[in-house]
Amino acid sequence: MSKALLYDATICIGCKQCEVACADQNKLPYDDTIAAEQRQSEHKFTVVLTKDDRFMRRLCMNCQVPTCASVCPVGALKKEAFGPVTYDPDKCMGCRYCMVACPFGVPKYEWNKLFPKVRKCVMCPDRVAAGKQTACAEICPTGATKFGEHDELLNEARRRVHENPGKYVDRIYGRFEVGGTSVLLLSSVPFESFGYPANVSTDPLPMLTYRVLSRIPDFLPLGGMVLGGVWWITHRREEVAAAEGPGRKSETGQDDRRPR
Amino acid sequence: MRIKFTFWKLVFLALMVAGAWATMVRFTRGLGATTNLSDQFPWGIWISFDVLCGVMLAAGGFTLTAAVHILNIKRLHDIVRPTILTAFLGYLLVCVALMYDLGKPYNIWHPLIMRNPHSVMFEVAYCVMLYTLVLALEFSPIVLEKFNLKKPLKVIRAVLIPLVICGVILSTLHQSSLGSLYLIIPEKLHPFWYSPLLPVFFFLSAIAVGLAMTIFESTLSAKHFGRQLELPILQELGRVLVVVLGVYAILRLEDLGHRGALKLALQPGREMYLFWLEIALSLILPLILLLQPKVRMSPIGLYWAAALVVLGFITNRMNVSITGFEASAGVHYFPKWTELAVTGAIIAAGFALFGLAVRYLPIFPEERVAGPLAQETRAPDSLTRTVLGHAGD
Repeated sequence: MSKALLYDATICIGCKQCEVACADQNKLPYDDTIAAEQRQSEHKFTVVLTKDDRFMRRLCMNCQVPTCASVCPVGALKKEAFGPVTYDPDKCMGCRYCMVACPFGVPKYEWNKLFPKVRKCVMCPDRVAAGKQTACAEICPTGATKFGEHDELLNEARRRVHENPGKYVDRIYGRFEVGGTSVLLLSSVPFESFGYPANVSTDPLPMLTYRVLSRIPDFLPLGGMVLGGVWWITHRREEVAAAEGPGRKSETGQDDRRPR
Repeated sequence: MRIKFTFWKLVFLALMVAGAWATMVRFTRGLGATTNLSDQFPWGIWISFDVLCGVMLAAGGFTLTAAVHILNIKRLHDIVRPTILTAFLGYLLVCVALMYDLGKPYNIWHPLIMRNPHSVMFEVAYCVMLYTLVLALEFSPIVLEKFNLKKPLKVIRAVLIPLVICGVILSTLHQSSLGSLYLIIPEKLHPFWYSPLLPVFFFLSAIAVGLAMTIFESTLSAKHFGRQLELPILQELGRVLVVVLGVYAILRLEDLGHRGALKLALQPGREMYLFWLEIALSLILPLILLLQPKVRMSPIGLYWAAALVVLGFITNRMNVSITGFEASAGVHYFPKWTELAVTGAIIAAGFALFGLAVRYLPIFPEERVAGPLAQETRAPDSLTRTVLGHAGD
C-alpha cells in the first residue's frame, strides 16, 4: 500500500539529523555551511526551517497526483504505487516544466553543471521498496518525522489534533492540498509562515491541462473534416469552370475542332 | 573583392560575434554561467521571447495558407510565399533556441519514444517537430522551382491541400498549447494573465499577429527590395485584423470581468503598468488607428498599426511568462547579457536568412509596373493563374 511521512512540528527539536541522513542517503555534501542554509536546493533536499523557537521541515510532498509527473513530457518523473515520486535523469531533457508547475516549488536544478539534473527528495524509493523507512524517519530521535501507511498516519494526525485542542492549527497540511500528498504536516503555527502556499487548490492540478489535452484526439478528425469541407465548398467554382471550359471556348470561336 | 560595410551589416556582425561568444559560454559552462535563471525563476527570455514570441510571429504561415488554399481567397496568393518563408525560418530558429534552453539538448528527441500524453509540453514537442516538417514541405516548391525539378514539384503539388490542412491543424494546436502550458499554475500566475481561456487567447492573438506580421514584413520588404507594395491586399488584411482584435478584446474584457480581475487594473504596481502597456499596444492604439479609414487605407498607417499589434502581443507573451510569474516567484528576473546576445543573434540570423532567401529564391511574384495602373495590369495575370489551376504553391 501507499507509504507516507507524518511530520509533527511540535515534537521537532531542530537537531537537523534528518538533513544529515538525507544528504548521506542521496550522496550529497553536508557541512556546517550547508547546515546553516535555510532553503531547499540542488544539494539540500530537505531543510529544517527555524523561526524563533519553532521548527518546520520542508521536503518534496510526493503528491498523490503529482503535478510534476503530469507535466513531464518524457515521463522522467513518476508516481510509484507505494508512495514516492521518483526521477529518472536519463530520460530528462531539461525543459524544467516541472519546476515551473510544482505548486510547492520543490524541484531544484543543477544550474552550474553542463549536464544538469533536476534534484528533489524522492522519498528514498530503494529503502521503501525494500520495506525500510525513509532515511529521515529512521534517524529522527523524537519521532517528529514518522514513516508508515498513508491512511494510518492520516488517522493518527487527526487523533493528535482532536486530542490536543488548541495545540495545533486546525489543518493537516497535505490531507487535501492538490488532492492529497504523501507527506502530512502538523504545526502549531500557520503553515504560510514557513513558506507553504496557503491557497493551493484542493483538486489535483493535472486535470487543469488534461481536460484540454484529452480533447485533441477528438479535435483532429473534426478539424480535418471542417477544413477539408470548406476547401471542397470554396473550390466548387473551379470545378464548374473546368467542366464548362471547353464548351465556353467553342462559343467564342476559339475551339472549332468539336463536331457540330 | 571589396565588401561594403553598411550600418546594418555592422550591427549584424556585432550581434553574431556576441552570440558566438555567448554560445561558447553556454555549451562549455552551462546554464548557470549563461543565464540569470534560478530555482525560483526557471524559464527566462529564451522561452518567453525565442519560443513563445517566435512561434507567435510565425503564425502568418498558417493564417495565410488557410485563407488562400482553404478559403480560396486568391487575391492573397502573392503574399503566401513570404509568410511561409517567415514561418519556416521562425520554426527553425525556435528549434535552435530550444537547443540553448534545454538543460540536456541531446535528449531533445526523447518525446518521440518516451510519451506522456498528459503533458502539454509533450503536445508542444510534437507540434514543433511535425509543423516544422510540414513547413519544410510547404516551402519546398520554392526551392524545387528554383532548380526546375519538375517531378518532386508535381508530387508536392498533388498533396498540397492535405499538407495545408495538416499545417493549419498543427498550428492551431501548437499556438493554443503554448497558452495551455500555463493552465497548470493557477496560484502562481497573476490574475491579469491566468485564465482558463489562455489557449484561446494564445490562438486568437496568433492570428492577429500573423496578419500584422504579413502587413509589417510586406511593407518592409517592399521598401528594402524596391518592390511594388500589394496595398489593396494589405488594406484587406487590415480590415480582418480589426475584426480579430475586436473579438479578442471583447473576450479578454469579459474574461477579466468574470474572474474579478478588472478591479486590479487600477491598483498601481509593476503588474498594472505592464498590463496597461500590453493592452494599449496590442488593442487600444491599433484599434483606434485602424478604425479610421484614412489610416487603414494608407501604407504607412497600416505599417504602424501592424507594428503596434506585433509589439503589443510580444508584451503579452512576456507578461504571461515573466511579469505574471515574478510575484509568486518572489524574485525579479532580468536576462543576463549572454541570454540577450543569443536572442539577438537568433533574430539577426532570421533577418539575414530572410534576405538571402528573397534574393536567391522566387519568394515574391515577378516585378510588375508600379503605380496606379498596377491593379489593372494585375487582374488578367491572376486570372490566368486561376485558370491554370496553380493555386497550389
